[in-house]
Amino acid sequence: MLELLAGFVTELRAAGIPVSLTEHLDAAEALSHIPLEDREAIKYTLGASLVKSSAHWRAYETTFEIYFSLRGPDYRIDGEEDESADDRTASPGERGGAPQGLAAGGGAEGMTPEELAELLYVALLRGNPAALAAVARQAVSRYAGMESGRPVGGTYYLYRTLRNLDLDGVLDRLLEEARRSAPPVADGAASGEEELAGTLTALEERLLRDEYQARIDELRREIENEIRRRLVADRGSEALAKSVRKPLPEDIDMMHATREELVALRRALRPLSRKLAVRLARKRRHGRRGPLDFRSTIRHSLSTGGVPVDPKFRYPRPSKPEIMVIADISGSVASFARFTLHLVHAISSQFSKVRSFVFIDGIDEVTSFFEGADDPAEAVHRINTEADVVWVDGHSDYGHALTVFWERWGEEVTPRTSVLLLGDARNNYHAAQSWVLHDLALRARHVYWLNPEPRAYWNSGDSIVGEYGTHCDDVVECRTLRQLERFVGELA
Amino acid sequence: MSGRPAAVPRFDSIGGVRDGLAAVEYLADEGIAGVVYLADRLSKPVLVEGPAGTGKTELAKSVARMTGSRLIRLQCYEGLDESKALYEWNYKKQLLRIQADSDRSWQQLEEDIFAEEFLLTRPLLEAIRAAEPVVLLVDEVDRVELETEALLLEVLSDYQVSIPELGTVSATQVPLVFLTSNNTRELSEALKRRCLYLHIDYPQLERERAIIETRVPGISQALADQVARIVRSLRGLDLKKHPSVSETLDWARTLVVLGVESIDAEQARDTLHILLKYRSDIERAAKELAGAETPG
Repeated sequence: MLELLAGFVTELRAAGIPVSLTEHLDAAEALSHIPLEDREAIKYTLGASLVKSSAHWRAYETTFEIYFSLRGPDYRIDGEEDESADDRTASPGERGGAPQGLAAGGGAEGMTPEELAELLYVALLRGNPAALAAVARQAVSRYAGMESGRPVGGTYYLYRTLRNLDLDGVLDRLLEEARRSAPPVADGAASGEEELAGTLTALEERLLRDEYQARIDELRREIENEIRRRLVADRGSEALAKSVRKPLPEDIDMMHATREELVALRRALRPLSRKLAVRLARKRRHGRRGPLDFRSTIRHSLSTGGVPVDPKFRYPRPSKPEIMVIADISGSVASFARFTLHLVHAISSQFSKVRSFVFIDGIDEVTSFFEGADDPAEAVHRINTEADVVWVDGHSDYGHALTVFWERWGEEVTPRTSVLLLGDARNNYHAAQSWVLHDLALRARHVYWLNPEPRAYWNSGDSIVGEYGTHCDDVVECRTLRQLERFVGELA
Repeated sequence: MSGRPAAVPRFDSIGGVRDGLAAVEYLADEGIAGVVYLADRLSKPVLVEGPAGTGKTELAKSVARMTGSRLIRLQCYEGLDESKALYEWNYKKQLLRIQADSDRSWQQLEEDIFAEEFLLTRPLLEAIRAAEPVVLLVDEVDRVELETEALLLEVLSDYQVSIPELGTVSATQVPLVFLTSNNTRELSEALKRRCLYLHIDYPQLERERAIIETRVPGISQALADQVARIVRSLRGLDLKKHPSVSETLDWARTLVVLGVESIDAEQARDTLHILLKYRSDIERAAKELAGAETPG
């Protein structure tokens, strides 16, 4: 068991979760206090002693599921055990009146797709977990088309299974059914309202939809687990853990994030900006002392016979920087720009003024979008739909955008302004116009360039970040939330 | 670890913890019960994190009630220091003592005035010195500065407090310690390492329904079910602040007082302000709940 635990800890560290030696020891001690046959208990025990941040919990869960699933490919008993476990859970469901659930549990190989679809429908309608598990298993063996030995993480299998099941269609059908069978009693209660006979009220429909959606999500998780279980059986847990290892939210590469990862990023952004604001406010309050107040020091030294025992300082008045963000929002770097704008505006109280400009080949000021909105996310959404950023063809043209910026807003850049340029500097071989940056740097306090590309790609192809970079105070690689947070924290 | 007093386990099993908590009207899930059980067995503090209003503080209170221990609470805030968290010397009393017999030598006097008699105990020291079983709750630990966190470390890992004039005060019994955090800042590694970590999230539908049924007297099953489902739908929306468990309970109580049997859209809209605390959230939710034709 200890060896197993050590392996698990190594795996967690590989997934990016920091686990210290003490925590490892604690986990080992904790295991001696709980019943080892209880898998859930082990999961929580290890979680409580090894994982100390809720953001890491998902990564932990995945690692746990893989590492402590069926051990080894040659360990066939586990497979059977699993089967029987399923039968056990299926039997109460059967009493609940879902005979189909049992049929599936028995492994009906000869089912037609229609039967399977029907089974799925009934399982979702009743919300019976055992039946759902059975459907998941059937669906995976039928649709996933898994081939043994391929080094994949299973996302493709998942996609293939889900596509064949057509869950959206099922959801519609479920709602349809609910609408049809809506008890007239419910309408009788709300008889005064003008409603079509036999329909649900809006609220009820909404609730039902959420209920079914929750069950479908449950099914999706079940399918995911099933696929994972088979992959483990196929290739062993270590190999699989490597291919499904997901980065923690703060380490996700913003340029290449999947939709799911983007959601995770967005979720991580809110607490992050709050934390950053708290930290900066604190730093501002405690961090600095004002300069020596000579007059006051001498005045107070009179009471000690002219010896300046107690130096007095001026009240600290650190100036808040003024920020201008100029962001490329063309396809390739759009999500990066969005996150940066979001973060900068979320902590805008830490700056005396924040102005934002977005461009593709034309440039537009979007500061006003953020002013009215109480949620930066909303403003970011408006930028995508309303900002006037296309000049000719909608391909990035840094040269033109910068020139226009300089003509229209250049006057307003002051020595207190920090200018942030966001983009990959892929100029589609247009004219660079880097003199703008040169002049800008003379006027502004700082000019920073944030590049969401890995450093190795800079200056390759049509990227001219090097040419622009010579005029900037610093060019920063900024691919993950962690890097972004660090940069913004130092800026303020 | 030898310095620690031998702990007498409070609980027999994880199931025991859960049943015990249920008896004092706190419905714990597997994870919560398991961590509480481990905290007792390993004599380790529990760091509880999670969104506001999910019963973090309530957990500590319930454990105290369940074990029949005294609850000692240290509310953290920015600027909390040693003299308010650990102990303080009672200067006035010391001064009086010095004035009372001024003819004694300084040596004698010094021994005298730094005695336990002149010590004002603050929550942490009090929890350590208590003879009877106690539960120590350090609430909102993320509010203190990073430096102040260090104050807690000695207490949390060794259950002792060092007082320079007196020596080290060790615990006679191991208190169960809960620290809660709303995650406004990252806690230090040193603190996290010494604790078991428990993240309490919004409960699942079934558990929330059960919580409503236990905590709101006189609520019908159908209404509790409806409340739980509406709240789940609301949590699915992208709101500034999602309704917490305590707000859900308030809402359920209100509905019971109003004599509502089953919620329709209008009633939901009129009472939404109990669940949600931002105007924009309320408007949004009202629209979502009433707007029949959601694109699907």
